[in-house]
Amino acid sequence: MAEKSTLGDSLRRHGVSRRGFLKFCTATASLMALPPTMVPAIAAALEKAKRPSVIWLSFQECTGCTESLTRSHSPSVESLIFDHISLDYHHTLQAAAGEAAEAAREAAMHENKGKYILVVDGSIPLGDPGYSTIAGISNLQMLEETAKDAAAIVAVGTCAAFGGLPQANPNPTGAVSVSDIITDKPIINVSGCPPIPTVITGVLAHFLTFGSIPELDQYNRPKVFYGQSIHDRCYRRPFYDKGLFAETFDDEGAKAGWCLYKLGCKGPMTYNACATTKWNQGTSWPVESGHGCLGCSEPRFWDAGGFYNALSVPISDNSQTVAFAAAAGLALGAAAAGLNYKKKDEARKAHGTVTIDDLEKSS
Amino acid sequence: MNESMDFLIWTKGTAFDIAVTIFVIGVILRLFEIISLGRKQSLAEAKGTEFGPGMKTIFSRSVPDLGTFRRQPLTVVTGYMFHIGLFVSLFLFVPHIELFRATFGFGWPGLPTPVVDAAAVLAIVGLLAGLWHRIMNPVMQKITTWEDWLVWALTFLPIITGYLAYHRMVNPYPVILGLHILSVEALMIAFPFTKLMHTFTVFLSRWYNGAMSGRRGVES
Amino acid sequence: MSVFDQTDSESIPSPEMPYMTHMTHNTLPLLNEVRHALKRLVRTGESTIIDLRAIPFGPGDEEHLLDLLGQGEVMATLDALGKTTVKESRFSGVWIVDHYNSEAERIAFQIEVIEIPELLRAQADDMYESLEKLDTVLDVEMHRPE
Repeated sequence: MAEKSTLGDSLRRHGVSRRGFLKFCTATASLMALPPTMVPAIAAALEKAKRPSVIWLSFQECTGCTESLTRSHSPSVESLIFDHISLDYHHTLQAAAGEAAEAAREAAMHENKGKYILVVDGSIPLGDPGYSTIAGISNLQMLEETAKDAAAIVAVGTCAAFGGLPQANPNPTGAVSVSDIITDKPIINVSGCPPIPTVITGVLAHFLTFGSIPELDQYNRPKVFYGQSIHDRCYRRPFYDKGLFAETFDDEGAKAGWCLYKLGCKGPMTYNACATTKWNQGTSWPVESGHGCLGCSEPRFWDAGGFYNALSVPISDNSQTVAFAAAAGLALGAAAAGLNYKKKDEARKAHGTVTIDDLEKSS
Repeated sequence: MNESMDFLIWTKGTAFDIAVTIFVIGVILRLFEIISLGRKQSLAEAKGTEFGPGMKTIFSRSVPDLGTFRRQPLTVVTGYMFHIGLFVSLFLFVPHIELFRATFGFGWPGLPTPVVDAAAVLAIVGLLAGLWHRIMNPVMQKITTWEDWLVWALTFLPIITGYLAYHRMVNPYPVILGLHILSVEALMIAFPFTKLMHTFTVFLSRWYNGAMSGRRGVES
Repeated sequence: MSVFDQTDSESIPSPEMPYMTHMTHNTLPLLNEVRHALKRLVRTGESTIIDLRAIPFGPGDEEHLLDLLGQGEVMATLDALGKTTVKESRFSGVWIVDHYNSEAERIAFQIEVIEIPELLRAQADDMYESLEKLDTVLDVEMHRPE
């Protein structure tokens, strides 16, 4: 449960020196993708930061987002943040189950009314509430109930943010995103399938540090992480500009690390921090490992064209359409030619010979 | 939240299917009709050959006539700027080539993006100067019809939206990319039924002009 | 031309590089940024910190950059919430600061262009605490029975 003590107190109790605190603030700034000049402001804010209560709801999801998050706080500086956050309900991670778990959620909601952060992963089915329930409560009902007294909502993953995979055509469950249902609360969308672990913690750290939500883009995603396209930050971009492309996954271009655009990379329309933050403790990221970006942090990425088709390629296969249209064009052209020929023929038949005498008569 | 992406998916899907169908049917129908009409047989005695002068004229008409240039320098210069700029940005930009490859089954090498970018600017400036000329010149005013304004707009929109999309000057990105694709689709639909058809008929008619002059034994 | 501009006219010997140099597009722009920061430090005294985790490095970029920066005279190790190494590059005033957590995972990686990185200074609060500790030690030692 949330406490009155500040993060500064808590760190000192852990025997952290001022140097250690400074280092912690440096790492936090880096985590939040804020410039190092922000370190003093972060230090001042963290001294005063209170321990917030977090309720995590999982709806139609694959637990990939939670997997991603748990990878991020193996004992590290981030874990100090998590030690400091009171994760009061998370049905995958908590020991309690069934009615005891729901009681914990209700207690956390009651005690921290108006102050807790609600984290949601997964989409919400509107087709039939029975598609996804927890302890007999439908996802819609649980979301509406828990969102009512939340200070802010963090929609983690593309499912919660935009509808994601459950919403992919033909959307059998009638899945919708959090923002399709909740319209009167600040919502931070942390999209990705899954989102980068440090981006999830970075957003929570921002809320913990400053008590406010970061600056957001048109899709309500934090600008510090989603402000630039993969394409613009890609280390392979110079090859795109020079016109050097891998044509297959094992040709010389692929081996030389050329641009993956022709192999279906969706980097130009995808906004995320993969190119800088990378994955697995900064080891690599999809493009660095030789596979194009799938565009997983964008709405409808599943329905936006083949993963291995270049971004500019139409969604449906048009070669047949073109062939049929060409045949139709030829047939219509032949018909037109026939009509024209008939007209000319009639004109020729109607042609009479005119003599000088005829012309003189008529004048 | 998803509307801009839905729009992009629609322009890349249904709308493109419709546009490409109308474009292909229209262009082939009109070309077939024009070619099948043929020309009336000339009964006059030939004073020269047709083929050589016809081929020559296809190329010679690309060199501006000095007299025309002196009288209407702006028409010639903006025409060149626009046509070269459009050709490079339409046919030598790699994403466009990939679209042609997927739609018609064949492709060709492209140019580095800074070159294509410069060509797009050239086309935009050329079109704007052409528009200014059309508005300011009294003769141009007299001979301009509503179709000229329409065709100008239909040509200008794809280039300007493409430029804005490439430089990410409009957010969110799917909106401007979708507008770019939609504007091209509008162009494709209008193409067979407007003077835009000159793209296909220009070399044909040049050959006819050259061949007719050649038969009469005069220079074209 | 000022005296500072001469720094880049010195030829920097190119070290042997075992990795793919054609992939390291971000090294030289970054080195140029360091140069501007150093110029600013010398002229105005304003320091700069560059967060290397915010730079889209390709494979080999980091190694290439560290190779070019080289090793200077100072090397310090800190033990606070895990290890931190502070290394002066062969360019005076340009420091490479590498932070790790207790699990030896990198948590921050920076180039500091500054006279001395802030982290190396003794912190005021810690000094006050140390004063108290020293008093206690002296107190204990003075009253220790001979």
